[in-house]
Amino acid sequence: MANLLTAPANVVVSAADLAEKPAAIRPRLSSEDYLMRLGLGLAAIFFLIAVVLPLYALLKKSVENADGAFIGLANFAAYFDDAGLMRSLRNTCFVALTSMAITLTLAFGYAYALTRSRMKLRGLFKAIALIPLLAPSLLPGLALVYLFGNQGIFKALLFGHSIYGPIGIIIGEVFFAFPHALMILVTALSNADQRLYEAAEALRARPWKIFLSVTLPGCRYGLISAAFVVFTLVFTDFGVPKVIGGDYNVLATDVYKQVIGQFNFQMGAVVGLMLTLPAIISFAVDRLVQKKQVALLTARAVPLQPKRRRLIDGGCLALCVAVSVFLLLVLGMAAFGSVIKYWPYNLTLTLSKYDFKALGTGGWGDYLNSLRMAAMVSLLGTSMVFTSAYLVEKSRGFRWGRGLIHFCAMIPLAVPGIVLGLGYIFFFNAPHNPLNVLYTTMAILVLNTIAHYYTVCHLTAITALKQVDAEFEAVSASLKVPFYKTFWRVTVPVCLPAILDIAIYYFVNAMTTVSAVVFLYSSETKLMSIAALNTDDAGNTAQACAMGMTIVVTSAAVKLLEALIGRGLRRRSQAWRGA
Amino acid sequence: MRAPYLRIDRVSKNFGSFQALKTISLDVYEGEFVCFLGPSGCGKTTLLRAIAGLDIQTSGRIEQGDRDISALPPSKRDFGIVFQSYALFPNLTVVDNIGYGLRNTGMRKADIRERIQSLLAMVGLKGQEKKFPPQLSGGQQQRVALARAIAMSPGLLLLDEPLSALDARVRLHLRGELKQLQRRLGVTTIMVTHDQEEALAIADRIVVMNDGNIEQVGTPQEIYRNPASPFVASFVGHMNSLAAEQVAGGRLRVGSVDLVVENGPNLPVGSRVKVCLRPEDVQVRGIQTSQLNSLQVRIEAMEFLGSFCRAELSATQDAAIRFKADFSVNAMRDLALDLGSEVSVALPKERLRVFAAEA
Repeated sequence: MANLLTAPANVVVSAADLAEKPAAIRPRLSSEDYLMRLGLGLAAIFFLIAVVLPLYALLKKSVENADGAFIGLANFAAYFDDAGLMRSLRNTCFVALTSMAITLTLAFGYAYALTRSRMKLRGLFKAIALIPLLAPSLLPGLALVYLFGNQGIFKALLFGHSIYGPIGIIIGEVFFAFPHALMILVTALSNADQRLYEAAEALRARPWKIFLSVTLPGCRYGLISAAFVVFTLVFTDFGVPKVIGGDYNVLATDVYKQVIGQFNFQMGAVVGLMLTLPAIISFAVDRLVQKKQVALLTARAVPLQPKRRRLIDGGCLALCVAVSVFLLLVLGMAAFGSVIKYWPYNLTLTLSKYDFKALGTGGWGDYLNSLRMAAMVSLLGTSMVFTSAYLVEKSRGFRWGRGLIHFCAMIPLAVPGIVLGLGYIFFFNAPHNPLNVLYTTMAILVLNTIAHYYTVCHLTAITALKQVDAEFEAVSASLKVPFYKTFWRVTVPVCLPAILDIAIYYFVNAMTTVSAVVFLYSSETKLMSIAALNTDDAGNTAQACAMGMTIVVTSAAVKLLEALIGRGLRRRSQAWRGA
Repeated sequence: MRAPYLRIDRVSKNFGSFQALKTISLDVYEGEFVCFLGPSGCGKTTLLRAIAGLDIQTSGRIEQGDRDISALPPSKRDFGIVFQSYALFPNLTVVDNIGYGLRNTGMRKADIRERIQSLLAMVGLKGQEKKFPPQLSGGQQQRVALARAIAMSPGLLLLDEPLSALDARVRLHLRGELKQLQRRLGVTTIMVTHDQEEALAIADRIVVMNDGNIEQVGTPQEIYRNPASPFVASFVGHMNSLAAEQVAGGRLRVGSVDLVVENGPNLPVGSRVKVCLRPEDVQVRGIQTSQLNSLQVRIEAMEFLGSFCRAELSATQDAAIRFKADFSVNAMRDLALDLGSEVSVALPKERLRVFAAEA
């Protein structure tokens, strides 16, 4: 109590004051605090229904027998005993590892070319590299059939091997996973400090030595991240092996066969859980890596200006051209295949394959379903994600509640689409579940897709919100303006670029998704991506290509729209956004 | 004695095991301009935020006017606040920023417009109505933040290091304007700052804080001339500090020199003390050798500071006695003082402050 002795007499202390200890303060909540907590509560209910309970239902199913009785790990034992299923596991690991190795090598070289060389046309190459994101994962499979299949153009290149099987899967997955690896590696390689390279050169290090001792270590966490992402992506993908896997079984197609083919839900649940393992491990590793990631770009770092090196730039160009040719060839082949009358016998160009109605496969209704679902996912998902991210970031107190919602938002990243879809069947199709009514409606597709792609959107929103001044809410409170008015008048406009990003991400992914929805669609809610899968199953490869290309064109159109809106946004808010 | 407007009663704030505020008690009177002054981490911003309700205290009471506001959320309190970052809404014009709270009160549009215009005139921003905050200079942004904070005529104005982000010249200018505005409005104001010169220039009373405690509360003159502790003595302005021993009532021994002091605490003979003197209090003109507390010194180093020099002196009879003195340019010229000169100085007994040496 030193201050009482030294402070002058204008602090009056009475004996009574000295006697009683001041009471601990319990902060009172305002009506706004309650409103925020209510919002978080609603978010919790969403996660409960959309993520937690379905996963629980899956877990429960895996330890039950066909009559619903608890049988412990007997299903798992049966799984490890089943030679066929174990072979699938080995196949999946092989395919995932090989695809990962190839994709990482190509993506690293490509990313190096984009960030560390003076190669020409870097903008164009970057755009081409992101093309696979616009297509459903079954599209590369279809293109490969045209390229290397029984009537394929380049069939001879396979030296007698069949494209159906591991070769086809690996090539298809490399196409599919390439942009994901590229984006991570471009980010990792972008953060380079010019001074490190100058220092290395001043020490007379040779170029190869510099590469090994400065460049590679600088991006090692990016490499690790990319490796795990690609491995998990390939390990859990369903579209490519379904189209071009042939007799080569992988876990994702196993789940499908067990559930749809044999109605063996219990075994399907077990396989589904096996699929979740690499995702969880990858997720845990990524979190660890994030913590160790030292900021490479400190405030004093000088951004790297790559020098013109003829040999390196030439090599980079060659690599980028080769990869771009591969990507464009695959896409182009699918496009080509969709306009050929009867491959390979009748090569006249025709748009008849696009006349979905005439060919009796549900008509353009499937397309409209896809559009409708994508629009709803985009609208509802973005609102949900941004609002709950805001509540997590800006609520007063309630630490455990906010932490819980944040944790729930991270779960979907560790759950493969096919596993989530499976969980949804078990949860929503259960007879005693009042939410049963959602099954086979559009609502369940929308719910599933919003949940499936939630994490990346949530992280984008949180990042954007962290960059908004932390004291807006305090100012708002001092001016007696409720938080939701400030949310609408200030926070949303300031974060509009991020919100647009999230909306488009949701839209494109909803258009192209296959894995989860394959279990949840009904005849009224069939999506174009599913229709493509079914029509390919029936042998109609050309029409499947047409459907796939429709999705690609729609996604591309939406991305173009995003670019235009983005530019318009920037121009209108130029005055206060600055550059 | 009039009743205080803001009463802080034994407020403590803990962050986990760390005690940011240790039983703080303080009274602030209506219309006062009070500065919380102290080094980083002393708790001044924590105390401000507790008053605002942004980081409510762990225990203790806060009363504003007649209300006990201790547990109330910020939206139920009566204050305006300006943050170091200003927290201006970047997508709203100056007018919309200032009128942000007014729009919500249900005032008539015409009345709101009029009020905003008068606020703009008050802070000197006429003509900037349609601009956006990123288009304004730092000083202009600060004025918008201020206008926004006082728009609702709050009972308390809280300023969290509002001038720290500005460069020196703008800061000086705005400091004066801030004081004038506060005088004119008469709003009770609390400002947090780590700049002691700012606090001395602008405050009616200063609250010097250190390590979660209040070291001293007083007017700028009181704080400067009669610091209550070694910390306050050294934090506000420059202060020489010499280790000494109490040899008798009113007499200290510093090394081999004896000094007579007037206002020392009554400590037993033999106790270790600290004797402090401000550089500008060292007398150098017309020193007789018989004068009280006079000693012969050599000028070891000099810092030219424009209108005066700060010289580092060492006593010729005891080189361990070193302290700084401010010599005006006049004095240096008249007495021909330079590096290495030897001269007599006197340490006036009424200006020497004595503190018990910390254990």
